[in-house]
Amino acid sequence: MDNGCFSSPRRDFPAGLRVLVVDDDPTWLKILEKMLKKCNYEVTTCCLARHALNLLRERKDGYDIVISDVNMPDMDGFKLLEHVGLEMDLPVIMMSVDGETSRVMKGVQHGACDYLLKPIRMKELRNIWQHVFRKRIHEAREFESFESFESIHLMRNGSELSDDGNLFAVEDVTSTKKRKDADNKHDDKDCLDPSSTKKARVVWSVDLHQKFVKAVNQIGFDKVGPKKILDLMNVPWLTRENVASHLQKYRLYLSRIQKENGHRSSSSGMKHSDFPSKDLESFGFQNSVNKQQNDVPIDSYNFSDGSLQPKNVETKSHEGELKKIVSQSTVAEKGRALTGNIADTNMEESSRIGLNQPFVPLESEANHAVFDCNMPLQYSWSEVPHMQLKEDHKSLVNLGDNFSQLPLHGKQHHIRVDQSQSVASISSTPSITDEEVAACAEPKPLFADYKNDYASSVSSIGNAVVDTFPIQSGSLVMNDQSSESISTSNSVLKTQGYNNLSGISDLEIYQRNLLLDEDLHLYWLQGESYNMNFGLQNIGISEYYDLGLVTEAPTHLYDSADYSVIDQGLFIA
Amino acid sequence: MHSNSFHCSLSLSLYSSTMDRAHSRRHVASMKQSLFDQGYLDEQFIQLEELQDEANPNFVEEIVTLYYRDSSRLISNLENTLERKPLDFNKLDTIMHQFKGSSSSIGAKKVKAECTLFREYCSAGNAEGCRRSFQQMKKEYAALRKKLETYFHLARQAGPLETAFRPK
Repeated sequence: MDNGCFSSPRRDFPAGLRVLVVDDDPTWLKILEKMLKKCNYEVTTCCLARHALNLLRERKDGYDIVISDVNMPDMDGFKLLEHVGLEMDLPVIMMSVDGETSRVMKGVQHGACDYLLKPIRMKELRNIWQHVFRKRIHEAREFESFESFESIHLMRNGSELSDDGNLFAVEDVTSTKKRKDADNKHDDKDCLDPSSTKKARVVWSVDLHQKFVKAVNQIGFDKVGPKKILDLMNVPWLTRENVASHLQKYRLYLSRIQKENGHRSSSSGMKHSDFPSKDLESFGFQNSVNKQQNDVPIDSYNFSDGSLQPKNVETKSHEGELKKIVSQSTVAEKGRALTGNIADTNMEESSRIGLNQPFVPLESEANHAVFDCNMPLQYSWSEVPHMQLKEDHKSLVNLGDNFSQLPLHGKQHHIRVDQSQSVASISSTPSITDEEVAACAEPKPLFADYKNDYASSVSSIGNAVVDTFPIQSGSLVMNDQSSESISTSNSVLKTQGYNNLSGISDLEIYQRNLLLDEDLHLYWLQGESYNMNFGLQNIGISEYYDLGLVTEAPTHLYDSADYSVIDQGLFIA
Repeated sequence: MHSNSFHCSLSLSLYSSTMDRAHSRRHVASMKQSLFDQGYLDEQFIQLEELQDEANPNFVEEIVTLYYRDSSRLISNLENTLERKPLDFNKLDTIMHQFKGSSSSIGAKKVKAECTLFREYCSAGNAEGCRRSFQQMKKEYAALRKKLETYFHLARQAGPLETAFRPK
């Protein structure tokens, strides 16, 4: 079960965990090596901190976790910890024969994930994989929030393009092409960079970090912001989000150092949260503006969604945390999306009344759970699915390729599959789906718990379909709003939905929705179909960016259902 | 007939050697137990024994040897530092911390206890206490070495089947 969720390429997960042990005491080094080997871990030992740092820098993806002694002659273990935290972002376990609270605290403050007292027991080492696992989960979460940024970011680009080409819907082909070209650049780079592909994160090499620090100093610490830094650094493949997260760490790091010097900096802590939220807001607005034109034809849909969206925006601004925002928005969106679909046939009003209700009852917590499961894996994955969608759009045949290229998580796989299916079968539906997807994304926080569930959900796609309905629960809440805010929000809605796309769960939902649509025999309007295209394109963009992120996928999931599904999709095509 | 008596004598000698080995093994076991009983060693030593396997059949002895080789450097380091006139307690503490960590690796319980005492004297700025506990620590360090050398010697004679058992 663990293995399934874990993003490591190895199946037998904790076995083969790559551990770097740093201790100036040769006796302990030898004992630890033996112990770790007995745990089936892959061990590298090193008696100098500087040497360890070099090893880590040379092989950026060569280790999963570092165990370091606190007292070493050439470099304080805390310093090593700091470097490892900043440059490679690996979990570090500190060890010492001392259990003084102040020292342990210092270790934790510097980012140690654990502090072991010598003599260290084998059972303690046997368990260290949990830190690697936990870290990945956190990254997944973090990433999600970033992703939503990213997708937003992308959206912006997309909308700019659309401006040139007018409406996405109308100019489908051309705009897609343009985007494709633009995306390909990113795409290539991401693929070329193995570390990004593997880790789903930028590895901050010494050079990169120095560039970063230089940029920060040039701008001035008070005025510094991710975008400015990004511009100054001039590293093409780096994203604003990468910089933002690093800036955040850097600030923590500085504040820690300041604390040690007896100064307290209050500013460092606060700022980051502001940046993201602002961006989001502006973003959302922009999108809305651009998109409105497109949306017009779709009316019923958008409205319902739109109403929801405004809410989201507000929430965002209030809350510094991206995640929360996203989740809220997503929920809202879900509801909308569902409603929207229904509405199409009948119109906005009807959606509220008739469809929502029936669906609502269905929603059960179980559904949510399913979502959540997806979320943890997510970061990379979400994007992948998008990609597929795009591809599907153009030609279903491509699907196979995408698969092989992108190592996806099991979840992703099936998600994709569904998408492809749905796309194929329903040409026009997608617009709704996109929105829905966005909505779905949010459950993140829960995900850890759901992992297990996830597996089961994966096994049977059919279940997922059923789940779609439940998702709509969100819609219940939303309905009121949707009807109210109709006119203004249309554009907003769409964009948001796109943003949200990042989450896999979204995709799933989307799929589900699609399925539902089919089942229900809903009627799509032409205008709606346009929307679809739109959504897809946007999605596609985000995918490209993310490709790098797509990490090692557990292969086994892959094999089972996904393939078959894919095949079906092909057939449909 | 002849072959039969030969067989008898052979099995007799086998029997006696088996008895010897069983005996010496018992001896080794009781010696180890006394090391625990007298407070020379702690649980960590058993941890080391549990790590011993086909890949490293002499793992414990290797570790102990490594410990004594490496820690002698720290001891002479401490000696030098203790000769300086105004004592550098910080430095002494740092080295002793290292030495203590190292001593924890083989479960040298008494040595470790002296290290702890030494560091307490360091933080209290008690030079006399430091010197005294250092001498005591060296004594324990040497005594344990002797006992362990004897132990390993006997254990090797008794054969490889030496298995770890928990002290009371």
